[in-house]
Amino acid sequence: MNVFVTVKQTPDPNATPKLGDNHRLVREGVELVMDQGDEYGVEEGLQLAEKTGGQVTVVSMGPEKANDAIRKALSMGAESGILITDPALAGSDGLGTARAIAAAVKDKGFDILICGTESFDGSTGMVPPMVAEILGIPHLSFAKKLDVEDGKIKVQRQTADGYVTLETETPVVVTVTGGLNEPRYPTLKGIMGAKSKTVETVDAAALGLDAGAVGEGGALVKVESVEPAPQRAAGEIITDEGQSGERVAALLVELKVL
Amino acid sequence: MAEIWVHVEEDAGAVAPITLEILTKARTLGVDVVAVALGSAAGQTAKLGEYGATKVLADARSDYTEFFSLPAVEAFVALALERKPLAIIFGGSYDGRDIGCRVAARLGVGMAAFATDISVEGETVKVEVPIFGATQVSKKSFAGSGPYVVTIRPKAFAAEAGGAGAPAVEEVSPELPDSSKRVRILDRSVEASEGPKLEEAPVVVTGGRGMGGPENFNILQELAGLLGGAVGATRAVVDAGWMPYAMQVGQTGKTVKPNVYIACGVSGAMQHTVGMKGSKNIISINKDEEAPIFKLSDLGIVGDVHKVVPQIIEAVKAKKG
Ligand SMILES: Cc1cc2nc3c(=O)[nH]c(=O)nc-3n(C[C@H](O)[C@H](O)[C@H](O)COP(=O)(O)OP(=O)(O)OC[C@H]3O[C@@H](n4cnc5c(N)ncnc54)[C@H](O)[C@@H]3O)c2cc1C
Ligand SMILES: Nc1ncnc2c1ncn2[C@@H]1O[C@H](COP(=O)(O)O)[C@@H](O)[C@H]1O
Repeated sequence: MNVFVTVKQTPDPNATPKLGDNHRLVREGVELVMDQGDEYGVEEGLQLAEKTGGQVTVVSMGPEKANDAIRKALSMGAESGILITDPALAGSDGLGTARAIAAAVKDKGFDILICGTESFDGSTGMVPPMVAEILGIPHLSFAKKLDVEDGKIKVQRQTADGYVTLETETPVVVTVTGGLNEPRYPTLKGIMGAKSKTVETVDAAALGLDAGAVGEGGALVKVESVEPAPQRAAGEIITDEGQSGERVAALLVELKVL
Repeated sequence: MAEIWVHVEEDAGAVAPITLEILTKARTLGVDVVAVALGSAAGQTAKLGEYGATKVLADARSDYTEFFSLPAVEAFVALALERKPLAIIFGGSYDGRDIGCRVAARLGVGMAAFATDISVEGETVKVEVPIFGATQVSKKSFAGSGPYVVTIRPKAFAAEAGGAGAPAVEEVSPELPDSSKRVRILDRSVEASEGPKLEEAPVVVTGGRGMGGPENFNILQELAGLLGGAVGATRAVVDAGWMPYAMQVGQTGKTVKPNVYIACGVSGAMQHTVGMKGSKNIISINKDEEAPIFKLSDLGIVGDVHKVVPQIIEAVKAKKG
């Protein structure tokens, strides 16, 4: 199978995220990593390629530095990468990003395009279904299990109280949830091998994107302001010395739970 | 008057809470509230009116339940192109997100996800979206023409009946091309749990990695049982396979707003707290006095869950007599 996986570079989740004056995420001076959710995507893609005898191509859109996320996927075992980078694409909203990714993969003959469910920083999960819509193919979302049977793609899609089993033909976009596999670590051999793998770099013009449909100018959602949200105040903190059971029970009575 | 459409979702044969929450808010916006009910949801018109829909666009065809997502996308696109509502609101739920994103992409319109507030002035729609674990609020507006697509976070509004009563029902039958019947729903599995539903329980007892292992969740089950509550889990616990995903609270899990939330061995990461900080009262137990969860707790107990939780169970039993 010809497997494609999208990877997004996002700030390290262990660091505190910051916004700049333009309401965009500050990416300077913070450590950037491959989005955690995409690690599951890469792993799932590699397993699928191993099982079906295929290759994995990773696609990322972002500044030049996003190449690091692609490199990580290559050292995990992906075969090649596509980096979509262009100052004209900065500030794209979900739809602008989806347009660029869709344009980059549309003539590549992929069977399956695997994405994360939602990214750490965007966290809106808009990009993958939008890519599928632009390409005119189905997407199977929130997959907690992914199988190929007789050339058909089958997923268990998470729901609020269990899952539904979905089945369709290729090509298809699938979003995967955390926990469906155990992402591998790059081996030293993988890291060395990645150096000779090719990453194709494309810009908005090469993708034939209409300048008005992408980037900050094309964004259809505008951030007017960002304000601190009202926060809860901390209450009382006690150290357990055998009394906390009583204390909690008394509070539960006060709150009319008991 | 401008029209705002609301996608109707069902849950166990009834109108889903998220839909009722959105309708409750929509009826305060000074617009015509139109519920779009596809598939079996088309039979829910009375309830939709009770919560604020003045009109229902109903299509009872079974394609919407036999096939995943795409028929609903086609229906929304066809109806919206013909009738041009100001905005279409979906739940920030599995189905709502899947349909909403595709509708926005097809129409080439702006979309804001996971809003917790929405306002309308004339033809201008504004939304508020919490970011960074709801420590900040991003206020957004739309550029270009509508219909703007918005998804609303569950529990952003409290559902209250109070609509004008029986809505006008218009049967619709948009064309559903064969290409929209490409994803078959083979079966549905429900991971049954005991007691009240997590999202509706008045008390939620959540275990984090500090519980040490799945076997130790028994005491949380016992405590929740005594309090008429439900057990929740952090993503660390779910990813480790200790508990099923249906129990996960947080950004990528459920949003809960119980009367009392008891966090046991939970650090309080922002992706967790975003799903529980709306709780009325928060009690937490953590052995690390620096744990961020204490910053939003009404009562914080620095201690070992393996000692404190059994103490609470004993004291609660004593009170219950
Ligand atoms: C995109 C994204 C989405 C996410 N979505 C979610 C989500 O929906 N829900 C969610 O929960 N997380 C989510 N996370 C993960 C989140 O960032 C945290 O990693 C997770 O919430 C931590 O879980 P935890 O508190 O159980 O574990 P830890 O952070 O490991 O905390 C364990 C705590 O237990 C305490 N402890 C240990 N032993 C004891 C003891 N014996 N007695 C008392 N206390 C003890 C420790 O002091 C510590 O504070 C998400 C992350 C990302 C990147
Ligand atoms: N700029 C990007 N480059 C590559 N993949 C992306 C990008 N933005 C989003 N994605 C993919 O879409 C998923 C969901 O992201 P989001 O829609 O931002 O929540 C991510 O996990 C990625 O797989």
